[in-house]
Amino acid sequence: MKVLICISNVPDTTTKIRFNADNTAFDTAGIQWIINPWDELALTRALELKETTGDTIEKITVVAVGLKDAEPTLRKALAIGADDAVRIDAEPKDAFFVAEQLAQVAKDYDIILCGIEASDYNGSAVGGMLSEFLNIPSVSSVSKLNIENGDVKVNREIDGGSETLSTEVPFVAIVQKGIALEPRIPSMRGIMMARKKPLNVLPAVETEALTEFVSYELPPAKSACKIVDTENVKELVDLLHNEAKVI
Amino acid sequence: MDFEFTEEQLMIRQAARDYAERELIQDVLERDAKAEFPTRHIKNLADLGFMGMIVDPKYDGGGMDTISYVLAIEEISKIDSSVSVILSVNNSLVCYGIEKFGIEEQKEKYLKPLARGEKIGAFLLSEPEAGSDASKQRTIAEDKGDYYLINGTKNWISNANSASIYIVIAHTHPEKGHKGINAFIVEKNSPGISLGPHEDKMGMRSSDTHSVMFTDVKVPKENRIGEDGFGFKFAMKALEAGRIGIAAQAVGIASGALDRAIQYAKERKAFGTEIANHQAIAFKISDMAVKVENARNLCLKAAWLKDQGKPFATASSMAKQYAADIAMEVTTEAVQIHGGYGYVKEYHVERLMREAKLTQIYEGTSEIQKIVISRSLLSD
Amino acid sequence: MSVLVYTENWDGKFKKLNFEQVSYASEIAKNINTSVVVVSIGNVEETELKKLGDYGAEKVISINEIKLNKLDNQAYTKVISQVAEKEKTTILVFANNYTGKAVAPRVSVKLKAGLVSGVTALPSNYEPFTVRKKVFTGKAFADVVIKSPVKGLTLAQNSFGLIETENKAQIEKFVPELSDEDFRTNVEDVKKITGKVLLNDAEIVVSGGRGMKGPENWGPLEELADVLGAAIACSRPVADEEWRPHEEHVGQTGKIIAPNLYFALGISGAIQHLGGVSSSKYIVAINKDNDAPIFEAADYGIIGDVHKILPELISAVKEMKAAEN
Repeated sequence: MKVLICISNVPDTTTKIRFNADNTAFDTAGIQWIINPWDELALTRALELKETTGDTIEKITVVAVGLKDAEPTLRKALAIGADDAVRIDAEPKDAFFVAEQLAQVAKDYDIILCGIEASDYNGSAVGGMLSEFLNIPSVSSVSKLNIENGDVKVNREIDGGSETLSTEVPFVAIVQKGIALEPRIPSMRGIMMARKKPLNVLPAVETEALTEFVSYELPPAKSACKIVDTENVKELVDLLHNEAKVI
Repeated sequence: MDFEFTEEQLMIRQAARDYAERELIQDVLERDAKAEFPTRHIKNLADLGFMGMIVDPKYDGGGMDTISYVLAIEEISKIDSSVSVILSVNNSLVCYGIEKFGIEEQKEKYLKPLARGEKIGAFLLSEPEAGSDASKQRTIAEDKGDYYLINGTKNWISNANSASIYIVIAHTHPEKGHKGINAFIVEKNSPGISLGPHEDKMGMRSSDTHSVMFTDVKVPKENRIGEDGFGFKFAMKALEAGRIGIAAQAVGIASGALDRAIQYAKERKAFGTEIANHQAIAFKISDMAVKVENARNLCLKAAWLKDQGKPFATASSMAKQYAADIAMEVTTEAVQIHGGYGYVKEYHVERLMREAKLTQIYEGTSEIQKIVISRSLLSD
Repeated sequence: MSVLVYTENWDGKFKKLNFEQVSYASEIAKNINTSVVVVSIGNVEETELKKLGDYGAEKVISINEIKLNKLDNQAYTKVISQVAEKEKTTILVFANNYTGKAVAPRVSVKLKAGLVSGVTALPSNYEPFTVRKKVFTGKAFADVVIKSPVKGLTLAQNSFGLIETENKAQIEKFVPELSDEDFRTNVEDVKKITGKVLLNDAEIVVSGGRGMKGPENWGPLEELADVLGAAIACSRPVADEEWRPHEEHVGQTGKIIAPNLYFALGISGAIQHLGGVSSSKYIVAINKDNDAPIFEAADYGIIGDVHKILPELISAVKEMKAAEN
């Protein structure tokens, strides 16, 4: 089987978020880019499967839609252990646009892994869209992925529990927490080998974005602590329920 | 002139940072308290290729440049210098020494397992009465025809217990002064080698330091490195390279303390505002940052010279002396900024301060570095 | 034209989030002079379906096929898309939960609809159609324009609220066109989670400090955690004194957590403690010392005796939960 991991290039999760002067674009100055954490866990799981299932997995490819500045994260994925990488040469405009670009590569793979969301635009859409473009099954919120005697078994999280599913291949697994414990750190050997692994650049297909991010706003600064009277504990519950909306 | 790191150098720095922040931080306080060797971490770092990262891939090394090495040592030292000293001794003293001056058979037999991190190396130069003054060796390696017989005592040996391969500096012809010195590869399990007790150190407590006693230890002839009498030059060359590792370690200790001081100053409040808003603290942080940046640049310059194949002895001495001295200053200030919290172990800065002290002492004290630097400037 | 809402059900029942979806959709429908149609898949009684009308659904299309009892993304997509086409839908509203995230992106491709997930408010504009969502994991908001004629949204939970109407829903049965080809995944086993919530996964964390006075006083704290579905944590001194196990210790040297809601009960809020919990979305502090630094970090606070306040807090939460269901 051939496995594809769709990778999104996101700002390091500790980044302080800033926007340009008129708040119409994310300020990328000085940003350190990383592999979207969910995508990195997907890659980790793919490598674990390759190591533990004999010859079942013949190749692991990573793909990203992006300009040249997306290449360092792809090369990191190669250093961690992917066999080859593809960059589709286009600025990722929206999920629809990205999914349609990815479809041209993904059609040749059996297991396609996408992170449940990217930590920047939190869209949770590319994996599902990609599966529909390819007209193949998808399973979302996947927390376990196994191959048993050549059959794919997945666990998906549902409200208050989880389900075990079998699925035909090819399919798209949209993965989340639990799929792998921790991303791998590339070894010196891996970094050296990545120099020789192919990173192919493909032209973008003609398509359009259906959505556009037009402006941004930072949340208001943290306000002072609201003190609730000891005699009125119920008010605290009201505030948490109706104002903060966290219970 | 180019101050940009390559993509690969950044990837290695990140790999070292990830390991330190994910793994080393977990038990660094406990290992420091118990003076416990970081066995598990050394195994993991060996698997990642850090133990022989600058060794040529044909000897199973990582094939990385010295800049990458400096970045990795700095990141690890921000969290845990006991681990970085083990790496530094293995990479830049032992592996470097054998790779640069050893013969093919020695590389095959000793360098490969060292570079893979399956075995750890130690560098045995210091003696009870000879520190960095390598010409005053009292350890004797008597030429017995087809082998050498080593007798004597070595002091302050990092990795003494964990290592299985020693490089031992000893006198073969005391009458010839420093020209009578040789360097030998000695397997630790050779009969006649015994270890003194584990040194109860002030800092870097989870690296194992012992004295090592040699009593009629037989070393085969083929384990001598270089021509007869090459040992002094060998030791000097290895130390030149080793100093870059210790400079990087000192930079890491200082920059780790600076990071913690900045974080604390932004969180801790006094007189109604974060202490970072008090100029007394803000200026301290500014001074610390300039020193760290200077030290880092000196260290990278020395590494760059080495990578370019240019002479780097003076540069590595400058880097080591300056970085060690400012590490002491910066960690002391970091403790001061933390106030009472800085004096307790939980905040790490007191440990960084104890670790900084050693960088001014080992692999040539700051005073010895000044001798090296001044001689290079003043000699005709 | 119509605004179409897909409402999931749990053993034949709807939840508040479904009514919230319908309320939201009917506000949009009012603005663009159209009506709200709901599509429900699964075995839901008519009385339950009719409840959707209370929030503005004019028509509820109920699809009850055994094959659709378990979620298959592809089959559900086909069903919802068929209804959308039949109802000439221009705006689709999903919930931003597991099922919504699984199905909405597929439907949006099938209908060539631009999709915005995790929308937090009504459109700020209809020409062009502009909605707001959180980005960078809550660190900022973004306004997003959907340019396609058909538009898809998933609505962030608890972001809108309920609006009741006088409306009555008309229930309509619908039999979608499906073939075996549409079912290519198979649910083999279902496990419901019972028992305790894991600290790192928890959305709500209830944490006790030295102010709890001793391990024997943890009963009420555990009860609060239980009614909230929360995980339990503690400060460092509590773990050091072995009142609670070390794996519950949160703080700089313990676990670092980022739940939606963090209750600091009898915790003074030393800087090393805050280091481990400051990413929490909301912090509630209960402490008798009004100078305790925890109040600087907290969003809500009560200054008083935690032992007296906890039982009242538990009953207030229970009351709220009862009103909810």
